[in-house]
Amino acid sequence: MNLLEKLDAAAAKRKALLPEGIGAFGIPIEEIYSATEARIGDRRVLLLGTNNYLGLTFSPECIQAAHKALDNEGTGTTGSRMANGSYYGHRALEREFADFYECCAGIVFTTGYQANLGTISGLVGPGDTVLIDGDSHASIFDGCILSGAEIIRFKHNDMVDMEKRLRRLGKRTETTLIIVEGIYSMLGDQAPLAEIVHLKNKYNCALLLDEAHSLGVLGEKGQGLAEKTGLLKEIDFITGTFSKSLCSIGGFCVSNHPQLDQLRYVSHPYIFTASPSPATIASTRAALQLLRNGNELRKQLWRNCTQLYTQLKKTGYTLGPEPGPVIAAILDSPRQALQIWQSLLEHNIYVNLILPPAAPDGKSLVRCSVNAAHTTEQIAYVGDTFEKLFRQVLNS
Amino acid sequence: MTESNYDEIMRLLCDRLSSLTNSEVTITADTNLISELSIDSIKLLNLIMEIEDTFDISIPINALADVQTVHELASLISKIKSTH
Repeated sequence: MNLLEKLDAAAAKRKALLPEGIGAFGIPIEEIYSATEARIGDRRVLLLGTNNYLGLTFSPECIQAAHKALDNEGTGTTGSRMANGSYYGHRALEREFADFYECCAGIVFTTGYQANLGTISGLVGPGDTVLIDGDSHASIFDGCILSGAEIIRFKHNDMVDMEKRLRRLGKRTETTLIIVEGIYSMLGDQAPLAEIVHLKNKYNCALLLDEAHSLGVLGEKGQGLAEKTGLLKEIDFITGTFSKSLCSIGGFCVSNHPQLDQLRYVSHPYIFTASPSPATIASTRAALQLLRNGNELRKQLWRNCTQLYTQLKKTGYTLGPEPGPVIAAILDSPRQALQIWQSLLEHNIYVNLILPPAAPDGKSLVRCSVNAAHTTEQIAYVGDTFEKLFRQVLNS
Repeated sequence: MTESNYDEIMRLLCDRLSSLTNSEVTITADTNLISELSIDSIKLLNLIMEIEDTFDISIPINALADVQTVHELASLISKIKSTH
């Protein structure tokens, strides 16, 4: 089989799951009206499939900051942080992230994906070990592959399995990096951080926590799971993204280990790419300020999360183990998931469709992402529509 | 790798693979796990976890990239077990 035939075979597999004409993947959003509404085709839809958790995409502060940077600094840096792409804004944002997390060091990356890729591949290498959760995001997995370290996987959120694997490593735990996530993107559940920190200390490893989905969402200050659990000082490295609660694009790593700075000289995903544009950095800085002062937004977000989770649970849907901004209905077959996804779109609700192998345990997911800008009425409409479809699709 | 160690692993693998695949294929050392047995990635990961517990080892995911046949999987397990 040549290279193109391999692609044909992969495309045939995809088409078998998703018939032609159904644009569940890469669906074009023609016009975006607000943090909660857009036009898809000729439909004005309610957006329940974005990661805009605090609903800040149209905040005047962020837009003004981006405009100003665009006017003053141009459209792009046209270079790497190692060369000409390190502006005042990049360094200021790094200081602001370090300050936000009460850390001594911070690094900004061009995307959230690169934040994990660059941090992991900069921290570990051949001869080291990474111990990762079975439901880890692709950016974590790819970072581990790029590093050349041995990758050991433990069962999702299973601390007995995790300890078993630490014990099996013997003395190699000293060069082991454990990697977990604050909120997991598929089912919206949180890592059991207290037990993970206990094991990290018991076996003398380092711990990296990815707060991509939990930044701005968990904790009074919005720092994430580390703050919510009171374990901020126990985490060696925290990574995260700008593309969820901070409504732009980019990523970061912060640490209380000053050695983090060395990553700037060894991490290829940091070095060999253009730095984030001035407008991106400016809107992110403004969003970080709003996030820090966003306790009311967080309260609204959690009211919305609880409202939708409770209604879907009561209806009979199988959901992830706890409420959160990611609420996934777990379905047995791709056909059921596709039917519900399509019917929701016909009811002017856009959510995410996740089919095997992307979803855990061979299941299919219809995943909602709730945000602080959704109104109680919008959430109720989504809940009622899911309820109607449960009777129509799952009981048929 | 000791012969008995490898043989024990091969026997276990053949038994487990037979019950997993329910296929007519006779499983030998040269049987290709993916193309001949059509084991999907989830079944394979579950089998790996079961083997890991049986031998009290962890098999790095990146080491599995080079594994295609039953013999290669048995050799990998045997190698990890001997250094454990």
